[in-house]
Amino acid sequence: MVVPVSYYLALSVALFALGVIGVLVRRNILVILMCIEMMLNAVNLAFIGFADHFKAVDGQVFVFFVMTVAAAEVAVGLALIVAIFRTRATVYVDDLNILKW
Amino acid sequence: MIRFPIVGGMEILFFILAGVALVSGVLVVFQRHPLRSALWLIVNFFAVAGLYLLAHAEFIAAIQIIVYAGAIMVLFLFVIMLLNLRLPEAVGKFPHIGQKILGIALAGFTALILIYGFSLAKLPPAKEAAPGLGNTEAIAKSLFTDYLLPFEVTSVLLLVAIVGAVVLAKTRLK
Repeated sequence: MVVPVSYYLALSVALFALGVIGVLVRRNILVILMCIEMMLNAVNLAFIGFADHFKAVDGQVFVFFVMTVAAAEVAVGLALIVAIFRTRATVYVDDLNILKW
Repeated sequence: MIRFPIVGGMEILFFILAGVALVSGVLVVFQRHPLRSALWLIVNFFAVAGLYLLAHAEFIAAIQIIVYAGAIMVLFLFVIMLLNLRLPEAVGKFPHIGQKILGIALAGFTALILIYGFSLAKLPPAKEAAPGLGNTEAIAKSLFTDYLLPFEVTSVLLLVAIVGAVVLAKTRLK
């Protein structure tokens, strides 16, 4: 008895959409970064679903790489947030509008 | 006599874990305080790790708990507490109602496009499990033969991330 791959894909799409909502709606840069993590997780879930469907290990290897990139991204991203907070004393993206057209 | 559709134990487990993942995901997005968002995100990661276990990806499930729920979320909680954001989002920092509606609509549109794309795919039926190699063993074999170069490049990436984080944290930005 296996769970069909379509279930995994449906859940993956739902989690990804939730992450998109978070990135677009929230104004706190920390929460935005967390929602990006959630989107990466949703993509990982799709990879794992396909890996289970095709009984191929390559999908799991890709998830491994995605996790590594996510860890690096979080380390650099949080360092950036701390640096921004030191100079601008804010974590709200509305206040960080120097690059805004 | 009514015959219920046969639902295996695996599918019941899937639905429970998927429900936990979705509810905690919604709470991540709509909690006011970032600390609570982070704690719900940990719940979400554990539920997804359970789903990985269901999909016979034991090694990835363990890595998910160690790297995501362990390392990354500790980093998040550390930074949230370091910045000492006592107040929930200050007045005037909320997005306008129009922005909210537009954001949710765009996310729904993204989901529709993804569902449409997936529905176009013609997947062959699921294969039978190959006997022999255990899960971790199979990943290791693939990682150190076919994916050796990406694996080594990954270590360089992590080094770059370490150096970048240290430089960003140490230097004073003007």
